[in-house]
Amino acid sequence: MISTKYFLKGFSAIKGVGSPAIALGASFIAIGALLKNLGFTIQQSIFSTFLTYALPGSLVMAESMLIGASLINIFLAVWLVNARLYPMTVALMPLLMHQDQPRWKYYLSCHFIAVSSWLIMKDNYENIEKENRIDFWIGIGVATWSVAIFSTIIGYVASDFFNKDILIGLAIINPIYFICMMVGAMKTFQISLSVILGATLGPIFYFLSAEWCILFGGFTAGTIAFLIGEKNGQ
Amino acid sequence: MASNILIVIFVTSLATYLSRFLGVVSSEKIKETSKMFRWFNCLAYSTLAALIARIVIFPLGSLAEVDLSVRIFVVSLCIIIFFLTKKNLVYPTIFSAIILSLITSFV
Repeated sequence: MISTKYFLKGFSAIKGVGSPAIALGASFIAIGALLKNLGFTIQQSIFSTFLTYALPGSLVMAESMLIGASLINIFLAVWLVNARLYPMTVALMPLLMHQDQPRWKYYLSCHFIAVSSWLIMKDNYENIEKENRIDFWIGIGVATWSVAIFSTIIGYVASDFFNKDILIGLAIINPIYFICMMVGAMKTFQISLSVILGATLGPIFYFLSAEWCILFGGFTAGTIAFLIGEKNGQ
Repeated sequence: MASNILIVIFVTSLATYLSRFLGVVSSEKIKETSKMFRWFNCLAYSTLAALIARIVIFPLGSLAEVDLSVRIFVVSLCIIIFFLTKKNLVYPTIFSAIILSLITSFV
């Protein structure tokens, strides 16, 4: 069903100097502490990371609950901040599709798509034959997901020992990790332009709409970068 | 309240899985060599960059308590460390937390 060899290869891809385990762990430790302060039980906190596994979405959920937003508003706010997962999925799954592999693997394993797992897969897929990429991906997904769930538990249990300065320190780790990984991924002209324009237009569009800035800014930046890149033969 | 929290968790995960699910549905028809794929690749990277820039410049939660100039300073320093350590991801991430905690507790 799932090839153990490629699953384990993917699972161990999160070790080493490029490891997301520390960044991912730090972020979900902060989430665990945050959920405890919101009044979640430990089971609910684990359940939340288990089912959602997307950091900005969990942050928005927490913020919305604090201001007492309605369910519809929570749904919309989370959908907006996590809508980036749509282009990310479309930019990943065609690389993993193979006719001999069953469909359910794709529909289940898309749950593992998050920034860290996605960037690791994008960095490694060329070394794996197409047929085995989905099993390799499931390995990466299960590994990063497990780190997230385990860290949520640590954060929940240890939250009483965290002061404000430690929480701020934990909060910066994730963006720093993402920035370094993005800078490392800027290997072609088209991708570099996408990253630079996205990082510029996202914050500029914030002044038009705080909720829509990621989607509008990202869409505009990506389309411009695509067109310029195509014109210049990528 | 307990059942409320469970409903909120379900709503959050549904809103999140929706984009992933639709992404797989669309992927069935997109070839990795097509223009469409390259366009989505650009969109994925630009949207991620927009999200990260937003987190650093207009943060939610505890990062908002740190001054913008301090956030930019720490980010720039960590990018330099990233290149100095031959693209090691562990050093800049650990260093960022230590330096920011130190700055906020002394300033």
